[in-house]
Amino acid sequence: MADFANAAFQSREAAQHLAAQIAALAPAHRHVKIMHVCGSHEHSLVQWGLRALLPPGVELIAGPGCPVCVCPEHEIREAIALADRGCLLTTYGDMLRVPTAAGSLADAAARGAAVRLVYSAADAAKLALAQPEREVVFFGVGFETTAAPTAALVLADPPPNLSVLTAHRLTPPAMQLLLRAGEIEVDALIAPGHVSAIIGSEAWACLPAEFGLPTTVAGFEPVDLLLAVRDILAQLRDGRAELSNGYARVVRPAGNARALAALNTVFEVGATWWRGLGELPGTGLLLRPAYAALDARARFDLNLLPEPDEMPAGCRCHEVMLGRITPPDCPLFRAACHPLRPHGPCMVSQEGTCYLWHQYGDAGALAA
Amino acid sequence: MCLAVPMKVTAVEGDELVVELHGVTQRARRDLLDDVALGDHVLVHAGYAITVLDAEEAAATLDIFAALEAAGGGR
Repeated sequence: MADFANAAFQSREAAQHLAAQIAALAPAHRHVKIMHVCGSHEHSLVQWGLRALLPPGVELIAGPGCPVCVCPEHEIREAIALADRGCLLTTYGDMLRVPTAAGSLADAAARGAAVRLVYSAADAAKLALAQPEREVVFFGVGFETTAAPTAALVLADPPPNLSVLTAHRLTPPAMQLLLRAGEIEVDALIAPGHVSAIIGSEAWACLPAEFGLPTTVAGFEPVDLLLAVRDILAQLRDGRAELSNGYARVVRPAGNARALAALNTVFEVGATWWRGLGELPGTGLLLRPAYAALDARARFDLNLLPEPDEMPAGCRCHEVMLGRITPPDCPLFRAACHPLRPHGPCMVSQEGTCYLWHQYGDAGALAA
Repeated sequence: MCLAVPMKVTAVEGDELVVELHGVTQRARRDLLDDVALGDHVLVHAGYAITVLDAEEAAATLDIFAALEAAGGGR
């Protein structure tokens, strides 16, 4: 029988063996910087204290992998505007407390607007069916993993009182642009396992090909992540830059064909804004004109424009998201910025690097 | 937002799957899957099954771990 929750994926012995191999592979006179781009990877890293198992010269940093964190203010303000106009605004839980200059969705709820946390896009359709007299909006945020369910919702003949406010983004083209621009400087990449379940491991082939970066798709168990680090260090030692897939139990080379077809049917690719990073061409998933009737922006005539300087004063979230600093480098971290009164988005989301480092501590510092 | 868990399919009912993990049962949409069968393990993400897991590949990864143990650190 298949055993996907096998304790071996969390085995202390396997982790210790891998840590020894990683220490042996680590270059003696060179610092190695490995970036991942997934909030769930960061969660595993801090939850399991994996950085403490790495030698001092091997640094694992978080990149722009928290979709809540990169969602620009104007899209959140669109959601707040819809809630204030009487729509029942549904969205994933992490979005509720993200602060903007106009407050948060939670603030809107506190003044009486209807804001409802949903676990699934499908739950928004159920709410719309149950309340046919009310306009229900699903604020769909996230990368390819949540974009595919939004596409499925659009294609499943939703009730007429449902519309979608989409804020979906693509990860590989964003990484390409940030690397080309020199905004991100790393030696290797750990590609996100569940994004890759949708888009396929081959979607990352551009990173070794264009930038010479060893790239490996990894799962989320502690041993998955250590295997990824071992694979990357072995590639660097051998002077190789290849794409590998350590999460083949979940990720196929070409991804999920049905999910990709749904994405392609519902969305077209265009420019979009990333909070703190500006406008990135070819990284946004925009509803195709055929689905304009379901587009909350069209239905409610929204036209809020992006604001280039939208980071809260003093907030360094964008530098955290680019892997230039770690949370303790920000003077606001754990002082003015705290999960109970977050200053920037990375302290709000449960996948935000600042929130996770606050909750679990800095395992890297323990090792030093 | 990309947290997802492997769950076993115990029933297929219209557009939905009944899935189970450690005795916890829930429903998941199957819109994003071409083929899914009773007994398959699927990855459930935000209420949607997004892929069917590959038992042979899981076994192959577990074999790597077993080899680590056997090699006693493998240096």
